[in-house]
Amino acid sequence: MSVTDWRPDATLDMLRLRARVLQTTRSFFLARGVLEVETPILSHACASDRHIESLQSRVAGAAAFLNTSPEFTMKRLLAAYAEPMFQICKVFREDELGPWHNPEFSMLEWYRPGLDLGALMDEVQQLITVLDTRHAPEFTRLTYRDAFERAVGFNPHQVTAAECRACAQAHAIDCPVGLNDDVDEWLDWLLTQLVLPALPKHSYTFIYEYPATQCALAKISRNPAGDAVAQRFELVYGELELANGYDELQDAAEQVARFQADNAARLALGQAPAVIDQHLLAALAHGLPETCGVALGLDRLLMVLCGAQCIEEVLTFSWQKA
Amino acid sequence: MATYSTNEFKNGLKIMLDGYPCTITENILVKPGKGQAFNRVKMRNLKTGRTLEKTFKTTESVEAADIEERNVDFLYSDGEHWHLMEPETFEQYAADAVAMGDAAKWLKGQEACVLMLWNGQPLSVSTPNFVELAVTETDPGLKGDTAQGGSKLAILETGAEIKVPLFIEIGDVLKVDTRTGEYVSRA
Repeated sequence: MSVTDWRPDATLDMLRLRARVLQTTRSFFLARGVLEVETPILSHACASDRHIESLQSRVAGAAAFLNTSPEFTMKRLLAAYAEPMFQICKVFREDELGPWHNPEFSMLEWYRPGLDLGALMDEVQQLITVLDTRHAPEFTRLTYRDAFERAVGFNPHQVTAAECRACAQAHAIDCPVGLNDDVDEWLDWLLTQLVLPALPKHSYTFIYEYPATQCALAKISRNPAGDAVAQRFELVYGELELANGYDELQDAAEQVARFQADNAARLALGQAPAVIDQHLLAALAHGLPETCGVALGLDRLLMVLCGAQCIEEVLTFSWQKA
Repeated sequence: MATYSTNEFKNGLKIMLDGYPCTITENILVKPGKGQAFNRVKMRNLKTGRTLEKTFKTTESVEAADIEERNVDFLYSDGEHWHLMEPETFEQYAADAVAMGDAAKWLKGQEACVLMLWNGQPLSVSTPNFVELAVTETDPGLKGDTAQGGSKLAILETGAEIKVPLFIEIGDVLKVDTRTGEYVSRA
């Protein structure tokens, strides 16, 4: 790209659409008594997720990390004040660059103490209905298991890696180099290649009850069918993921165990272990109220609102021009 | 053995796949938010010219292909090998018919070409996009027929056979597009 290509990626209409979405979102939460907060983007600690890499910086000679989400600091606010709250901020993820990914993106994250996961899905739906003024948007809710059973005909909570590979071969999709006996990695691959593409193209779908092994920071329970499931949902539009919500884990000891498991997996993959957020662990030990929370990618939502195929179309300046 | 990690993938990177050197032509990230990332990669096999698609789990490493490109002049063919020389260093290379591929039929001598080396051995030769070659054989020209469609075969001085308009005669020098093998104009 030429260095003299100084113009923004966004058209003036796109800037106006982004401004409208931001203003409408703030009005939506103001009317519901949800407090807008601001927490640090730069932290001493980082996310431990084995599939999310934090960008690293330095402050006064010591390692510092850019937020991959404002989750840890917002949970500390919840432990201190137990207020419903939202934040709109920039978050950063190393190596995420592609048609649907930019290493810096805008996130709307909010927490609703006292609401259960179904009620939080209701609120996500209400917010999107206010923002998506193209037509009356349609929403469906499906368990992760139902989504798989419909698309590929098996129960993802009981499947083996060998059965996943056979499924990929039967559907004539690629079997990625390096995918071996990790069932969750296979499920991620089949989800993106077969399950999400089978969902309705022009409407919103909530997928909930993720496998317990993909719980991240959500509580785990058993569903009526006896599957161990994470109390977690994702919202997609067609195949495009927009939001990820949890019934938030409150147990400090369980949180420590998950951090340690993440770091063990990172070490096994030759990745640097995450710097564990001791402030979060102390806040959980103090007590996090029962709460659900959700993070929504605002740039992805803008893609839906204007029919963009590529995230660059909605960004003011994409990474190539930043 | 040099390797590349998937996060170094970009267009033009040369990697080994199933024993063949390939060049990456497209690299797309596929990633569920909290899940495993994948690189869906389109490549061209530099030996066969075929395009192929392959997906890699992100964090996989692949072997780098030892590929170098050299600007060379075509000198002559002895029937078995095509001899090429780097004009600055006078380094000479002999490419066989497989490495030459289609390039062989467009070269008569002194053309500037690009030679691709794999592990130091000639892998392929790219000719200039346009060459000028004389017609050695074709049916007699049809006078005055310059506007009408219709074509006939002509054999060029290198032995290449191409379709030409009906008015072309033996001895005419033609401009040919080597990428499509098509007649462009009289030179």
